[in-house]
Amino acid sequence: MPVRTFETGPATRDAYGDALCELGAENPRVVALDADLSKSTKSGVFGKKFPDRYWNIGIQEMNMVGMACGLANTGRIPFISSFAVFLMAKGFDQLRMNVAYACENNVKVVGSHGGISIGEDGPSQMGIEDVALGCLLPGFTVCVPADAVAAKALTKAAADHPGPVYLRMGRPKVPLVYRQGERFAFGKAKSHATGGDVAILANGLMLAEAIRASDLLRDEGIEATVLDVHTVKPLDEEAVLAAARECGAVVTAEEHLVHGGLGTAVAHCLALHHPVPLEFVGVADTYAESATPEQLLEKYGLTARAIADAARRAAARKGRSGSRGGGH
Amino acid sequence: MAAEKRPDPAVRGGDRSVADLEGIARRLRADIITMLEAAGSGHPGGSLSAIDVLTALWFREMRHRPEEPGWPDRDRFVLSKGHAVPALYAVYAEAGYLRRDELPTLRRLGSRLQGHPDRRFLPCLEGNTGSLGQGISIGIGMALGLRMDRSGARVYVMIGDGETDEGQVWEAALWAGAHGPKVDNLCVLTDVNRIQNDTFCDDELPLEPLGEKWRGMGWNVLDVDGHDMGAVVGALEAARACTGRPTQILCRTVKGKGVSFMENQPGFHGVAPTKEQAAKALVEIAAGLGGSGPAGAGLRAGGRS
Repeated sequence: MPVRTFETGPATRDAYGDALCELGAENPRVVALDADLSKSTKSGVFGKKFPDRYWNIGIQEMNMVGMACGLANTGRIPFISSFAVFLMAKGFDQLRMNVAYACENNVKVVGSHGGISIGEDGPSQMGIEDVALGCLLPGFTVCVPADAVAAKALTKAAADHPGPVYLRMGRPKVPLVYRQGERFAFGKAKSHATGGDVAILANGLMLAEAIRASDLLRDEGIEATVLDVHTVKPLDEEAVLAAARECGAVVTAEEHLVHGGLGTAVAHCLALHHPVPLEFVGVADTYAESATPEQLLEKYGLTARAIADAARRAAARKGRSGSRGGGH
Repeated sequence: MAAEKRPDPAVRGGDRSVADLEGIARRLRADIITMLEAAGSGHPGGSLSAIDVLTALWFREMRHRPEEPGWPDRDRFVLSKGHAVPALYAVYAEAGYLRRDELPTLRRLGSRLQGHPDRRFLPCLEGNTGSLGQGISIGIGMALGLRMDRSGARVYVMIGDGETDEGQVWEAALWAGAHGPKVDNLCVLTDVNRIQNDTFCDDELPLEPLGEKWRGMGWNVLDVDGHDMGAVVGALEAARACTGRPTQILCRTVKGKGVSFMENQPGFHGVAPTKEQAAKALVEIAAGLGGSGPAGAGLRAGGRS
């Protein structure tokens, strides 16, 4: 089987704008706020349709989080958006105090421009810590959709979910992995391939790369399981552990620092319940730079080839001293 | 007890006289001292400076229902200077949200009366605070939401003058001032007690002219003696009458007001009274003593030995 190619779909941020407009029409309690990046986050399309339920407040991330909490106090379902790095880093204390700790605040936090695939604008605009910051907040659901279908479905699911949600969207157009109408639930991973040699757990735009990596590996006789772990928190421990038990070796792949995101969540789960060889694909302990998205993904090792390399390493470690693969 | 003659809380501007309010404030001051002494830690200075304003607000101006804390049309109150929460617990006990005998559990394991406001334990609190600078933003969101509901409810946020150092205060001030007609149901009360955690505000980060700053951003600014009950009541009524702009009431207060050895002492920002100090304080409060005269008069760090 050749390495798969995917039709290029819209950016996940475009799907966010679409979903928000549908939510606006369906639910009068849905409101949205942005902090001067409405054209980029796509919240502006909601603002055009529902001007009485939309505030583009200015460049004030801290104030935006607080305002959202006050609106939630009166029964609204606020969606707040900015670049992932600005919202999660500048708004972190407000998210901690007013959303997570005050635990009844039903605020949906949407960071666009996640990862390094934003390209030329460079590291100041790149959210590579946002998933880690979201995961640090008790009670938060943290989700990284892989394509436009998933992004739209999970945005709509966020409105129905009672409690705080962080959704991470991306800037570039990304491969369409899912068919229209595919169903998603927070905390439920989705299987894209089943094999017994190594399990690749991916999310965001790394899911398509993980699927392509499984094709590369199959040519060498290595059968890989591939899971879309779109929800990093709460982690689908059942699916993660089933894959680890079946394959005895695991690779995580994410467009995020290797620390604090999907890899860390999976490592935590495996360390507690079923230690197996584990390899991490992500941004190493560094910041990226300005270049095209494709150049950056290549340079910083976020490719199908890098995942396949990590999978071979993980599989090769099976059965060596100190690790036990496959068994119970 | 005030509980028997509580006016209909759903009717704004109950029938309490200024003298009644002063009596309540005296009782609440004693409650603050008693609970802080029992806790052995906490923030007396900023609780005592704020209590007269809180008394006027909660027992005359605000509409709320202790028997129905989640009443959608309740006036909202966010204590942005969360360290003064003993003052708010005293108010809650007086109003009937808490039993007075719960007050001495402050800061104890299992108590609903956490060291800073925590609505996980006490849901009638609006917002969790204690990280300074955040309350006005929450208040703006409440004000917008209440307007969307066509509710006549108002939103009150109390901040500290030291808290005004925080950048988020100015984000919120700028936004609300620029959108005055949408949030003229918002009133911020600044407890200008002139002392922050480490020292006098003037010696750390001078804030004046505070009124000009808020006025310049589009706020209706009132300036009152925060211990003159009649003046505070009048300012709250004037704030309610103002349309088109949110109101900032600069309440000039004395940190530690009502207890001579706490007044204007930065050392009593975050230190609870000992048993002996508490006993002396309760005597002074009962006698209506307290030596500072007009709020903030002649107060400068340089004047201290």
